[in-house]
Amino acid sequence: MSETFTFVIDDKEIEGCFGQTILEAAEEAGVYIPRLCHLKGLTPFGSCRVCTCMVNGRAMAACTQPAAPGMIVENASERVTEIRKSLVEMLFVEGNHFCMFCERSGDCELQGLAYRFGIAAPRYPYLFPERDLDASHDDIFIDRNRCVLCGRCVRASREKDGKHVFGFVGRGPAKRVQVNAEAALAETKVAVTDEAVAACPVGAILKKRTAYRVPVGERRYDHEPIGSDIEKRRTAAAE
Amino acid sequence: MNHENTSQRIVIEPVTRVEGHGKVTILLDEERKVQQARLHIVEFRGFERFIQGRPYWEAPVLVQRLCGICPVSHHLAAVKAMDLIVGVDRLTPTAEKMRRLMHYGQTFQSHSLHFFHLVSPDLLFGFDADPVIRNVIGVAKSFPELAVQGVMMRKFGQEVIRCTSGKKIHGTGAIPGGINKNLSLKEREFLRADADKMVAWSQAALKIAKDYTAEHLATLKDFGSFDSSHMSLVGPEGEMDLYDGRLRCIDADGVKIFDQVDNQRYMDHITEEVRSWSYMKFPFIKSLGPDKGWYRVGPLARLNACDRIDTPLAEDERREFAALTGGQPNQISMAYHWARMIETLHSAEKIRELLDDPDLQGSELMAHGERREEAVGIIEAPRGTLIHHYRVNEDDQVTMANLIVSTTHNNTPMNLAVEKVAKDHLSGVEITEGLLNRVEVAIRAYDPCLSCATHAMGQMPLSLQLMDHEGRLLDERKKG
Repeated sequence: MSETFTFVIDDKEIEGCFGQTILEAAEEAGVYIPRLCHLKGLTPFGSCRVCTCMVNGRAMAACTQPAAPGMIVENASERVTEIRKSLVEMLFVEGNHFCMFCERSGDCELQGLAYRFGIAAPRYPYLFPERDLDASHDDIFIDRNRCVLCGRCVRASREKDGKHVFGFVGRGPAKRVQVNAEAALAETKVAVTDEAVAACPVGAILKKRTAYRVPVGERRYDHEPIGSDIEKRRTAAAE
Repeated sequence: MNHENTSQRIVIEPVTRVEGHGKVTILLDEERKVQQARLHIVEFRGFERFIQGRPYWEAPVLVQRLCGICPVSHHLAAVKAMDLIVGVDRLTPTAEKMRRLMHYGQTFQSHSLHFFHLVSPDLLFGFDADPVIRNVIGVAKSFPELAVQGVMMRKFGQEVIRCTSGKKIHGTGAIPGGINKNLSLKEREFLRADADKMVAWSQAALKIAKDYTAEHLATLKDFGSFDSSHMSLVGPEGEMDLYDGRLRCIDADGVKIFDQVDNQRYMDHITEEVRSWSYMKFPFIKSLGPDKGWYRVGPLARLNACDRIDTPLAEDERREFAALTGGQPNQISMAYHWARMIETLHSAEKIRELLDDPDLQGSELMAHGERREEAVGIIEAPRGTLIHHYRVNEDDQVTMANLIVSTTHNNTPMNLAVEKVAKDHLSGVEITEGLLNRVEVAIRAYDPCLSCATHAMGQMPLSLQLMDHEGRLLDERKKG
């Protein structure tokens, strides 16, 4: 076992190992740091910044910043939550997220974050960008209206599936997820069982013909806010 | 209002106590006689367009957002079409009965809402009563027990919807090929606890509508009434069926124009035309043409078109209803209310009957089949026949959607009712609020849902305009 040390998150002493990020060490200790682009088992990416914490007084992404002895991390404070709320609101307005009919509603990490943060409506104007759908594949479809550019599909396809099906093209507002084919997803090697398909945190990459199978009331975030599973570990450990 | 001019255009805007936004314009000639009266639907939404490109399984959840009053109708009409798209001609018993329960719950709540909240002020206080009391608050103050029943009946219907679709409004229960949940024993017992009371309360509400019609028959016979054809779905033996069946249309004498028409062939018999002054289309029976081919839908049409009702209490009431006109179609616009309450009782009986059916606790929720490209789903929504027609490409995307909504079928009849009431009651007299309310009363009989009918956007209420013979706006009434 690697050497351990302690650091502080919100006045609580946390144990960490060298090589762990702040987010990983926090998670192990049952402290939930909100995140979107981070997915356990994939290389940290640091693109969404939802896991932003104040580390020794400076804003840093907890998913990429290694934990270090004596660090003072501010996670659940009002000012940090305010930063995260703004980031999530910006994600909402820069895409076309219509939760009311989206099949990932109740099971969507972006929506889950909005509920956790108490976001009733974004304070920024909607951009209503023109985005397209790729329904060419028999079993999978991409709805870019809902893509938050977290890159989880890109990394999962590369690191887990060994396929390189997804990648980013364009810059700034023009940036989007592209598939490794002349035209559309049907021409790629993607399979419905790929980790890349399961990795999408929102309703952008979906398995066809599976929508709304889970009734309202039984969906992942219908009764408990996102992150509750991690926080329960801490409660369980305390007992 | 001002009446200093000799020739006038009256505008009622918005028309109140209806679902949606519209206005009425009444054109008077130089002698202040009503020349023309029209109901204009001024909303526009475009659901048929923005469903294009979306995956077909989204349609039942997306299009129900047309409405917050009877979204279940759109949910079920769309999913019935999508059942066929996924090649399912017959659902599992659990799926069909869960959907029926959902639909009866919705008919029950929607009819209750309309009767108690929107219409009862006119019936209980009279058309000319002070508008300060002629509203739902007035009803709550003067008839508290009745008002509570209205609220509780609506609540019961909404609970039925929640137990079958997951949410009281805009649930996700019905999915192409089946349903995503059965009815738990806990949910069944929860609903059963009130089922008998709902039947009893429906009978009491029905009595109000029936007695009102009998008491005012002499007036109501002419009030916005006219001969017309009537269309609805009926079951294989001509029985009333709100969830499924085939199309039947009868003429003003009760003679069948068509019967047992396959839903997929509705276009062989019905088509629509557009007129410049309304966002709502005008459907008509092809064989009779646009001038004579219009017809009515909804509770009155369903009572006229069906041969019987398959629940005992509602069937007794239907017989009494039919006896009034000697078995001939009832053409009294205001009899919609009576018919609506017979359907409320029928829905309550159906809910009670279904709750005893063990199929609702079954576990076979989905059926499967071969994909198809085009399908039509038709349902009897609370306000009448609702048609959803879709085409889906091989990538599972919707390429065409056509929705013919209940209120759209009733477009010409509502305009005729408005015109008749305006000519009979507003010609050559001093226009009062009570007289203008009569125009709205006639519209309300049809329980129109104007936002659904145009699949439209914007604020809800409706308005009335009075114009002179040269089209100058003379008087305008806006509410809400």
